Amino acid sequence: MSLQEKLISSFLAFELDINIQSPVHNIRTRALKEFEKLGFPNKKLEAWKYTSLKNVLKEDYTIFSKKKNVLEFKNIQDYFIDNTETYKLVFIDGSFDPFLSQTSHDGVDICILSAALTKPVYSKVISKYFDSSINKKDSLSLLNTAFSKEGVYIHIPKNKVLEKPVEVIHFATGNEAALMLQPRNLIVLEENSQAEIIETHQSLTDNPIFTNCVTEIFVGENAHLDYYKIQNDKLTSSLIDNTYISQEKKSIAKVHTFSFGGKLTRNNLNYFQKGSYIDSIMKGITIIDENQLVDHHTLVDHAKPNCESHQDYKGIYSGKSTGVFNGKIVVDKIAQKTNAFQQNNNILLTDKSTINSKPQLEIFADDVKCSHGCTIGQLDQDALFYLRARGIPKKEAKALLTFAFANNVLESVNIPSVKSRIKKIIANKLGVDLGFDL
Amino acid sequence: MLSIDNLHASVEGKSILNGINLDVKAGEIHAIMGPNGSGKSTLSSVIAGNEDYEVTKGDIVFKNENIIELSAEERAHKGIFMSFQYPIEIPGVTVTNFIKTAINSNLKARGESEMPANKMLKKIREKAELLEIDSRFLSRSLNEGFSGGEKKRNEIFQMAMLEPSLSILDETDSGLDIDALKVVANGVNKLKNKDNAVIVITHYQRLLDYIIPDFVHVLHEGKIVKSGDKSLAHELEEKGYDWIK
Repeated sequence: MSLQEKLISSFLAFELDINIQSPVHNIRTRALKEFEKLGFPNKKLEAWKYTSLKNVLKEDYTIFSKKKNVLEFKNIQDYFIDNTETYKLVFIDGSFDPFLSQTSHDGVDICILSAALTKPVYSKVISKYFDSSINKKDSLSLLNTAFSKEGVYIHIPKNKVLEKPVEVIHFATGNEAALMLQPRNLIVLEENSQAEIIETHQSLTDNPIFTNCVTEIFVGENAHLDYYKIQNDKLTSSLIDNTYISQEKKSIAKVHTFSFGGKLTRNNLNYFQKGSYIDSIMKGITIIDENQLVDHHTLVDHAKPNCESHQDYKGIYSGKSTGVFNGKIVVDKIAQKTNAFQQNNNILLTDKSTINSKPQLEIFADDVKCSHGCTIGQLDQDALFYLRARGIPKKEAKALLTFAFANNVLESVNIPSVKSRIKKIIANKLGVDLGFDL
Repeated sequence: MLSIDNLHASVEGKSILNGINLDVKAGEIHAIMGPNGSGKSTLSSVIAGNEDYEVTKGDIVFKNENIIELSAEERAHKGIFMSFQYPIEIPGVTVTNFIKTAINSNLKARGESEMPANKMLKKIREKAELLEIDSRFLSRSLNEGFSGGEKKRNEIFQMAMLEPSLSILDETDSGLDIDALKVVANGVNKLKNKDNAVIVITHYQRLLDYIIPDFVHVLHEGKIVKSGDKSLAHELEEKGYDWIK
């Protein structure tokens, strides 16, 4: 039985577990039907030309983890950022873990989607936002919708500035020989509010893990979102991340995506600008090796005048790794005075590594500034010689140049402990101990 | 200290050094002059261990050891320093962190323990003062947005910190105004002692008014065609390089 067949046939079992009377369930069943029609994406689709899911889909995944696993904080604390107080939302094999989490209902809602989907107090927010922004032609998003049950629910009311970042970690423990996870997240920032969110998917096992995640984010007027995706998973884990951000006027939404781990990682990051004077910021650092693949597909839909978007993605590829960057910018006819910038810089360290970089600009307005730049090169040999001539060994010298290359993305990280964590991961990844805080 | 014997080197198959012989003893300052394309910068790069250049023949013996097979960092660990004509910009790495990394890499390679932070700081202050470097400068990213003068001063600052036995100053005077030149030359002179040696590579005689060489060599088509004392530099300044060919 293929994974698709298995998923469809397990929907009945899934229904036993949830309230099928709720309006959300209609959304689920419709989504399942659509998924059934479309199936998983294959390489014949333009958007999946460079990324094949074949090897990911061939495993016999358990769709719902039956066994509950318990993790002790001391064994997993390394995966949390240090020196910073955070709200914590921890999921283990797809289930929420209240012991490791710190939720809040104190003027804000930082809790879980299963509660939000079932309790009447949340129904207004759910009916307004849930599933309202996803691409109904994207089969993976549809699949996630069909099985949407658990994940993050964050609601920040008007004028509220969240004083601590929210840290979200999805752990996979290896209870099942192979496990598929489909977290569904809903994040709403009302007018004038602010929030910082850090998201991690972390497998603790060498068993195959396949995560198909959907996050819907709504950023209200003049609200600020600062989102960090730390992707440093095991080489037996694959992630498809579908993030949809809808922004109202004068809002700022910034997403940093740090991709170092994982077997296959696909980031579908979609921005929809619904008002004027919006700023949408996407930054990424990808450092991968061996047979890893990281695919960044971004979309910015400039639908209103006087908005900006900024994209800056850096990639360093070694081994036989593959990178994909596809940055689509759509500027609507009425979106005059749009400023859209896109930058994708890549370093290939080996002959067998690959980067496929493609800007996709669809501009229908005539008074806009849109620029895109892409570079593919090697580490600067003169710079390497300079460092080595100062006595810095080759490996450390390469690491310093890597940091220099990625620097302007690192610079824009606003949470110091996130920045130091990323630097630590990069240093580890490059096998160096630089002996100082960069 | 340094003994170069019949050195031939090429880059991308093109022969640039065609039999260099040079002896540098501790306590000496040598100037290597020559017109553009004579092989001056190649010579310094080859001594410092740049892998872009292929040594096709000859030996470089430093402190009684043939260093031809050694990497750039291994040569640095043995006490060879090169001041770059075009220092590289490294955004995100401060001058201070860079020099700490360099010093501790050298100490580690020599089997010594890392320099304690307070000692490092003291030394950094001392040497910065010697080169009239503002402390704010030290927390800037290495060479990023530095003026030509700042870059060169920073090179000599690194030399002061690393205390090499042999320093090769590759066109250190290029891009410097006279005030910056004096500061840089003064720094080099203060660092000079009987145990170390300096090779000054330059197109013009100007720098040699401030760093007085014991020997002057003229390079032409990858060979030393004439050697003399400092008066040779003046002669070159007056007559140009044509008469020497």
